[in-house]
Amino acid sequence: MRKNLWGLIPIGIALLVWELFIRLNPHALWPGPGRVFLTFIGLLKSGELGIALFKSSIRVFLGLFLGTSFGFLLGLLMGTRKSVELWLSPLLSILYPIPALGWLPLLILWLGIGEKLPIALIFLCSFFPVLYNTLRGIKEVPQELIWASRVLGASKLRTLLQVVLPLAFPNILTGLRLEAGMAWRTVLASEMIAIPSGIGAMMWKAESLMRVDVIIVALGVLGLACFLSERVFIWLENRCLKWKSSWKM
Amino acid sequence: MEVQLENVENSICKGISLKVKSGEILVIAGRTGAGKTTLLNIIAGLIPYKGRILFDGKVADHLPPEKRQIGYVFQNQLLFPHMKVWENVAFPLKVKGFKGEALKEKVKEALQMMGIGELWDRYPSTLSGGEAQRVALARAIIGMPKLLLLDEPFSKVDLGTAKRLRLHLKKIQREMGITTLFVTHNLQEAFEMGDRIALLEEGRIQQIGTPEELLFSPANCSVSSYFGNPNVFWCLGQKGLSIGVAQVDLGSFSLIVPWSGKRILKVAFFPWNVYLSPDPPPGPKVNRFKGRIEEIERVSSLTKVKVQIGKSLITVDMEESNLREMELREGKEVYVIIPLRWIRTFEVEDGV
Repeated sequence: MRKNLWGLIPIGIALLVWELFIRLNPHALWPGPGRVFLTFIGLLKSGELGIALFKSSIRVFLGLFLGTSFGFLLGLLMGTRKSVELWLSPLLSILYPIPALGWLPLLILWLGIGEKLPIALIFLCSFFPVLYNTLRGIKEVPQELIWASRVLGASKLRTLLQVVLPLAFPNILTGLRLEAGMAWRTVLASEMIAIPSGIGAMMWKAESLMRVDVIIVALGVLGLACFLSERVFIWLENRCLKWKSSWKM
Repeated sequence: MEVQLENVENSICKGISLKVKSGEILVIAGRTGAGKTTLLNIIAGLIPYKGRILFDGKVADHLPPEKRQIGYVFQNQLLFPHMKVWENVAFPLKVKGFKGEALKEKVKEALQMMGIGELWDRYPSTLSGGEAQRVALARAIIGMPKLLLLDEPFSKVDLGTAKRLRLHLKKIQREMGITTLFVTHNLQEAFEMGDRIALLEEGRIQQIGTPEELLFSPANCSVSSYFGNPNVFWCLGQKGLSIGVAQVDLGSFSLIVPWSGKRILKVAFFPWNVYLSPDPPPGPKVNRFKGRIEEIERVSSLTKVKVQIGKSLITVDMEESNLREMELREGKEVYVIIPLRWIRTFEVEDGV
C-alpha cells in the first residue's frame, strides 16, 4: 500500500508542473489540470462520458469474449490434435502477422459501419494471441506429467481438464492480459474512424470542436480502463497461479 | 497380480519375455540406456510395442494406461505442480469417484503411513527430494494398484534417506502384497530390494534369478561384469560358531560369514566392499588377512588391485588417490579386510 502511495508523488508533481506551465504560458489549446478536472465532472454529470465508456466497454467485452473463446477452442483443438495443427498452421501463420487494424478497410466494406465493426476488430486482435498462447501452453506441458495422470487412472478428457489446461493456464492468461490493453486501443481506433459513438468518437468530435480538455479527459479514462483491465488479469494470475511461483516447466 | 511378458519389443527393447509372480519384487537392473524405463513404460501402456502382456493370465495389450490398475513412481516423481500435496495424493481416488470426508480421510492415512502428514497443504515446488519421493509413493499406492512400477525412485535423494525409504517401501509392499517392478542401476539397491533380479543390457534380458543366482551363477560374462566380477569362492568346509554366524574354509583362508543354518556352497563379496591397509589394522583379527599385491590394473576411473592370499586371488576396487596415498605397488605386502556384513553366501539344503 505504502509502495503504491509513493507512486502517486510523481503524478502529483507532473500535475503541479503542468498547472504552473499553463499559468505562465496561457493558451486556448493548452488547458490546465483544473480545467480538465472541471470538464471531467461536467461530462460525468451530463452522462456523456458514462454512455461513451459503456458503449466502448461493451464492444471491448464482446470482442474479447468472442476472440478469446474461439482462440482458446481452436488452440485447444490444435494442441490436442496433431493433424489439425498441421492442417491449419500454414494458414494461421500467414494471417497472424496482419495487424488487427489492417483489416479495417475490408471489414468496413464487408460489415458496414456499425456495432459489428469494432467487435470484429477486437475479435481479430484477441483471437490469434489467445490461440497461440493456448497452443504453446498445451505443448509446454511435459509429456511425462500427462503419462503420470493416465497411469493414475485419469482418462484423456480428465487429464486434459485437470492437468493439461491448468498447467497451460499461465500462458493463456498472459495472452489475455496483453490483449485486454490492445482491445482498448483497437476500439478507440475503430470508433475514431468508423463509429459515431464511444470514447473514440467522443475524442474525434472534441478534436473537430478544438476541445482539448475533452480529449485529455477521454485519454485519461482510456488509460485508466487499460490499467484496470490489466490489473484484473494480474489479480487473476496471482490468485490462480500460486503454485507457479517457484515452478519451472 | 501376476504379470507376464511374451516376446515384448519396440525399438529399444528386444524380445523380452519374463514372468513376475504375484506379490513379488522384481528388480530390473542394468546400465543407463539399457531400456529399463522403456520396459516400464511399455508395461504401463504408455508407448507402443509388439508382443503380448498378460495380467493374471489375461491379455492386457488393448488396455489403455488408466485401465491397467498400475501405480507408477517416475524417476522425477512428476508430482502435479499446480496441486497441493494432498490433492496430488488424492488424484487417483478422485478419479475413482471418492470425494468429501472419505477422500480426505484416506489421503490423511496415506500421508501418515509415509510419515509426511505435515506436508498436506504444501505445493510440490517447496518439497525436498526425499519429501517429494514420499508423496509420489503415497500417490502411487493410495489407489491400491495391482502392479507397482518404480523407476529409480531413490536416485535423487541422499544415501541415508534412500536407505530409509527402501526399508519403508519394502515393508509397505509386503503388507499390501503389490507385485512390484523396481528399476535401478544401483547394485546395492537391487540386492536389497529384489526377490529376483532381471539384468537388462541393450534391450535384452541377460539373466533373471534371485540375487544369489546372479551373483554365484552368472549366465555370461556380461552378467558377471555387471556385478563387478565379484570374488566368489567354493566353500570347502564350514563350522557353525553361533546363531547366524559360521566359519568357512575357502582353501587358502577361512572366513567368518553370515549363516542361516543351511549348508554353505559358495561365498562371495564385491571388490568395492573389500579394504586394503599397508599396516596391521587395529581391532580383532576377524576376516583380516596378510597378502601380496600381484597386479594393479586401471579400468577407466577405477583401479583394480589383485591380492594373493595363499593360492587365492582377491580383487579389490580402489580409488587411484587412495592407492597413491598408501603407496601401494605390485609386490608389496598388504592387509586385506573383508567386512562380515558385505559377505553373501549361497546356501543349500543338506543333501543337495
